[in-house]
Amino acid sequence: MSSTEKKIKVLIAKPGLNGHDRGAKVVARALRDAGMEVIYTGLRQTPEQIVETAIQEDVDVIGLSILSGAHMTLLPRVTQLLKEKGIDDVLVIAGGIIPTEDVPKLKEAGIAEVFGPGTPLQTIIEFIRKNVKRKR
Amino acid sequence: MVIVVFKDELIEELKKKVEKWEKECVQEELKRHPERQKEFKTLSGIPVKRVYTPLDVQHLDYFKDLGLPGEYPFTRGIHTTMYRGRFWTMRQFAGYGTAEQTNQRFKYLLKEGETGLSMAFDFPTIIGLDSDHPMAVNEIGICGVAVDTLADMEIIFDGIPLDKVTTSMTINAPTPVLLSMYIAVGEKQGVPMHKLGGTVQNDALKEFIAQKSYVFPPEPAVKLVTDVIEFCVKNVPKWNPISISGYHIREAGATAVQELAFTIADGIAYVEAMLERGMEVDEFAHRLSFFFASHNDFFEEIAKFRAARRMWARIMKERFGAKKPRSMWLRFHTQTSGVALTAQQPENNIIRVTIQALAAVLGGTQSLHTNSMDEAWALPSEKAVRIALRTQQIIAHESGVANVVDPLAGSYYVEWLTDKMEEEAMKYIDKIDSMGGMIEAVKKGFPQREIAESAYRFQKEVDEKKRIIVGVNEYIDEEEKLEIPLLRVDPEVVRVQLARLKKVKESRDNERVERLLGELRRAAERNENVMPYVLNAVKAYATLGEIMGVLKEVYGEYQELIIF
Repeated sequence: MSSTEKKIKVLIAKPGLNGHDRGAKVVARALRDAGMEVIYTGLRQTPEQIVETAIQEDVDVIGLSILSGAHMTLLPRVTQLLKEKGIDDVLVIAGGIIPTEDVPKLKEAGIAEVFGPGTPLQTIIEFIRKNVKRKR
Repeated sequence: MVIVVFKDELIEELKKKVEKWEKECVQEELKRHPERQKEFKTLSGIPVKRVYTPLDVQHLDYFKDLGLPGEYPFTRGIHTTMYRGRFWTMRQFAGYGTAEQTNQRFKYLLKEGETGLSMAFDFPTIIGLDSDHPMAVNEIGICGVAVDTLADMEIIFDGIPLDKVTTSMTINAPTPVLLSMYIAVGEKQGVPMHKLGGTVQNDALKEFIAQKSYVFPPEPAVKLVTDVIEFCVKNVPKWNPISISGYHIREAGATAVQELAFTIADGIAYVEAMLERGMEVDEFAHRLSFFFASHNDFFEEIAKFRAARRMWARIMKERFGAKKPRSMWLRFHTQTSGVALTAQQPENNIIRVTIQALAAVLGGTQSLHTNSMDEAWALPSEKAVRIALRTQQIIAHESGVANVVDPLAGSYYVEWLTDKMEEEAMKYIDKIDSMGGMIEAVKKGFPQREIAESAYRFQKEVDEKKRIIVGVNEYIDEEEKLEIPLLRVDPEVVRVQLARLKKVKESRDNERVERLLGELRRAAERNENVMPYVLNAVKAYATLGEIMGVLKEVYGEYQELIIF
């Protein structure tokens, strides 16, 4: 990275009530070690809070971690709120316990990619670098 | 091991023999056939040697360190005859959707031969919110069953005689509420509370460390834990008022040593809190129970369970001066490792679960939950649950491992590793003691940081293929299509649950509820045991959220430290 280039800024968020944060933290750490600037929201976030933080922190990427089974309601709500606020240049990705058959519906709703259990960290890092919409 | 078999001169002879073998045979062999890896480690990162001999256990004293089954320090098991008397309790964690669906699942499991119930609650219930709370609506009945009022519990246990089954409830911060509801259901069935058997998890400390369904700040959280312990010891004597849990600590990424150390350290903190309340150690210690994970490294898990028993016995006797042997017993439930399940080629998980379950049995567990193969995807389907339960039944009835108590004792490796686990875990416990105990360590984020570190290291090792996980980073099936049927929760549950809650609120005596909630508030402010007041409120159909709301106003709410 050249000195004039800005770091990719990522918000790792835990929508909903589940406390399973192992994956979120491991990914947050990996992205930080890969040279990105990472903010972790902590637990029990509403989609509204996540979008609010994303705007305030001016992030390029939102990574949503969810293992509660409530992904079909909470994840599309995040992308919908972004759309309502006219934000179309933030890359939204997700990870957690998400059945394969739900993935096409989530993608339709604007989640760029869903990373299930067993995904190598490098895959996520590369996906972000390749697909980040904003040029810093 | 100072067992008469090895006299000093024989030890000397063996030492020479081993040295010679290492120098000659091993070196020769390595030239011809190098080993697969430069270094071999357990899953938790403990380096292991090529072979273990009596030299590695010569410092052990059979009488002091092992003893016989049912004798101090209980390394070989807390019971004299272990599974020759009766098998471990096969207890499958279940619960989803509506109260009615959970009632059906419970009846199904009992019919299939399960001997104890284990109840899963949905996330709103776990953190003490009613189903009509704005944060709750998306998660009603999804990860477990929703319980808002006594009315839900009455349906869940309809037709299930509470004097015939024991029930384990995975509930923590709201334990006083859920336990009170269970007691109230018992009363309605004509079963007095002193006849009820079961377990509540009620382990607040591991919530800050790992599971993260905390509600109150650490001090009041521990105060409420001890309220439940004291109440049960006095009124519900067959109940396990706490299940001090390493499971979630392990699942969050801890190594086996960290799981062992942090769990025992949590146990120490609760014992200290009970002593501070003025109870004698032998009055309550026999009611403390534990809960561990069983992961893939077979011998390491067995060693962990054996070490846990020995450590707890020593701590209770030496540190807390317990006199009764039962106060020194580490009784534990085991669940096979959820994080060890792979989403890829899920049928392979049946094999993993078998290995983990076998380790738990060889480690002397009192009860066991075997995970279902499809749980890296969703809640388990009925077929997957049946296979998981059958796994336990096959181990029990067909493998023969339950016929001899602690059959791996005396294995040089297992005894060495048992000792190593204890030694490493004690280092952590000393460190936590020097920080002022687990409550202080949690506030500083110490165990949280250690676990995050281990989780990250593990993932890196998998990514770098230093650890092979079949179907994930090796033997990958690129064409794989998921062919297992997944259980889906019917969205109808939301409507049913909200309707029932509304009906209860309309039909109950609201003035009485208000009055009883006021009494609860004043009791909490006076720092009294809240249990009798919660029980009264529950019987008047006060909701979970209302009761927790009162307690939150008095005790405050926890704000998490952000550590990654």
